[in-house]
Amino acid sequence: MTTVDTSPATTSTTTSTAAAPPRTTLPPRTPPSGQQARRQLGTLRTTDLLAFFGALAASATMTGLLWTQIAPFTGLVGYVVTTWCLGVVLYAVLTSFDENRPTVWARVAAVIVHSLAALVVAVLAFIVVYTFIKGWKAVVHSNFYTQDMRSTGPRDPLTDGGARHAIVGTLIEVGIALAITVPLGLVTAVFLHEIPGRFSRFVRTVVDAMTALPDVIAGLFIYATLILILGVEQSGLAAATALAVTVLPIIIRASDVVLRLVPGGLTEASYALGSPQWRTVRRVTLPTARAGLATAVILGAARAIGETSPVLLTAGATDHTNTDPVHGPMMSLPLMAYSKIETGQPNEMARGFGAAAVLLVVVLVLFVIGRIIGGRGAGQLTSRQLRRRTAASQRDRRRYDERHIAAAPGNGTHPADTGG
Amino acid sequence: MIDTQEFEPIAPDQGPQVRRSLKANPGPADRFFRGAVRGGGVAVLAIMLLVGSFLAYRGWQALHKAGLSFFTTQDWNPDAGRFGIAAVIVGTVLIAVVAIVVAMPLALGMALYISEYAPGRIKSWMTSTVDLMAAVPSVVYGLWAVTLFEWKADSLSKWISDWFGWIPIFKVDGVKRHDPLASMTRYTSSTFIAGIVVGIMVTPIACAIMRQAFSQAPAGEREGAYALGATRWGMIRSVVLPFGQGAIIGGTMLGLGRALGETIAVVMIISPVFQIRLHVLQNGTSSVSSLIALRYGEASPFGISALMAAGLVLFAFTLGVNFVAASIVARSRSGAVSEV
Repeated sequence: MTTVDTSPATTSTTTSTAAAPPRTTLPPRTPPSGQQARRQLGTLRTTDLLAFFGALAASATMTGLLWTQIAPFTGLVGYVVTTWCLGVVLYAVLTSFDENRPTVWARVAAVIVHSLAALVVAVLAFIVVYTFIKGWKAVVHSNFYTQDMRSTGPRDPLTDGGARHAIVGTLIEVGIALAITVPLGLVTAVFLHEIPGRFSRFVRTVVDAMTALPDVIAGLFIYATLILILGVEQSGLAAATALAVTVLPIIIRASDVVLRLVPGGLTEASYALGSPQWRTVRRVTLPTARAGLATAVILGAARAIGETSPVLLTAGATDHTNTDPVHGPMMSLPLMAYSKIETGQPNEMARGFGAAAVLLVVVLVLFVIGRIIGGRGAGQLTSRQLRRRTAASQRDRRRYDERHIAAAPGNGTHPADTGG
Repeated sequence: MIDTQEFEPIAPDQGPQVRRSLKANPGPADRFFRGAVRGGGVAVLAIMLLVGSFLAYRGWQALHKAGLSFFTTQDWNPDAGRFGIAAVIVGTVLIAVVAIVVAMPLALGMALYISEYAPGRIKSWMTSTVDLMAAVPSVVYGLWAVTLFEWKADSLSKWISDWFGWIPIFKVDGVKRHDPLASMTRYTSSTFIAGIVVGIMVTPIACAIMRQAFSQAPAGEREGAYALGATRWGMIRSVVLPFGQGAIIGGTMLGLGRALGETIAVVMIISPVFQIRLHVLQNGTSSVSSLIALRYGEASPFGISALMAAGLVLFAFTLGVNFVAASIVARSRSGAVSEV
């Protein structure tokens, strides 16, 4: 502030009195007259708040009047919706007293956008919380995790029977599916990234097309080939294969996107140092993209765990714990949730919701892990990786030093020292 | 001058030069690496083509036998030779259309909120929330819909059909409008309910595409709009929305592709009916994926072929929708930057 004020004064003195040396004249410092009000820097004014809450109160009461006195309406949902619509209109009217038309539109648009976002969040929160509340009765009993349903009838209390068979089945099926898809998917993603050309473009197009394959059709394909033609039983293996067909294109696509984010400068530097392609991929491309690849795999796993329709067609259903993926039907969590709800018995439905709650927890945990790992971009290191990297370069430095001393024992100065 | 004279005589005296090969010799280790990686690509391609061609081959048997009646018959009884997808495909499309009508405004509002209105910390939270919503298994949505939502939304269905029943698609057969004693079960298990639930499920997919495009809207043009005195909504309308137009259409279509193929939630909600029913609020509808999930167990080999034919038609639908969507998203101005 001071410099801005002084500069015209300085120039004026230099031009008027050319002989005298330039002098800085400071404006007189006058104490602020009286009590100054602190200026509001925020954009929210009292009138805005009044308009908003006034519109809300007015619409709520008007709708109440409409509901109770004038028209024979009932229902909470209708009340909320009517209040909202009326509130937006009233808010626009109230704002138009003070503001011009573009501002009124901007306010109304802001209200609508915020409401839509809040609605989406509310729906998601409601679904998640509802599942946990309904499943709570079942999941608080420890037998829910240690017993299966082999000797439990539909009307038996929740202290008997559980979802062990479904939890074990889900782990086995998803484990096998990931054992197939992760190596194959990563190799294919590396192929799409490293060997560009007409053929890999074709593969990419086919993979993109396969992401459009509805999951139930993947299940039907496995049912028709493995089970009906090749004679494999309805089993965990068949279910895992169906899951693999569903998840493979998703993992390939996600990994392909991640690999494309690896900075070209890094790989080119590696090639410039003379390293062959396989070493560049192994030492530069894959480590740089590690976080993103892990996220791709984890989100693929979350998807595989939640898939119901491929499993419905291929796994069969059982109440026994089956750890043999090749023989006999196998249960899984989504399938258990689905089949228990269909029965309509209160306790069975609680078990179904319990299975869904366990499923949701697993998906949430996987999701959070994926987020934490994938939160950083390609090539950004965690503090631990950074420490390890620093230690490695210090080791290299020591090695160079030793080599240098061994080669020229008489020479005291070191190029690395002068180089900094 | 001297240098050039020194080098000049060399070139013409050499005669025709041997064209140098530009192919690099990668060495055995790299050749092995490239072969292995290519092998992975070939394996994936083989699996995908196997799925596609098997589906096409088996589906073709049923299509060939049924002929054009496959697309006009409403019944599903393959072993008696009377089967077709007229009813199920109409049901599928109607469910998907309701889903998109629900999902499009929700996704657009959420995407605009995340990219334009939300302050820093909330922005990343909201992004995670949307991604989480996409990761919630569909069976969870199905459970919620079949135990709670269906019984709450029937009054909404009744309200719509009472007041807008004069529009044919909102009509409900067998119920008099404004009849307070009407049986509410008429309004459950309908296309409308299934469509709303599927719409909630595809909202995050459409939202993710839109959000990405909106956040790439060039900063120079945004600031230009503000400099000309635009309000925030004015800026959104003149910069962000035109810039993200392709993504809005493309994202919505990707959601549509997903909605067409959704299975388990639809199976749980609807009560299957094999006739073309355009009254979206009325009990009973059908979709291709729920047909497959409900009928595979009792199907004869030919019945499986018929189901595959239905699946093939559905796949063709979703494939077409997805490719058009992808090309629209790719062709939109994403990545364009204005010079500041």
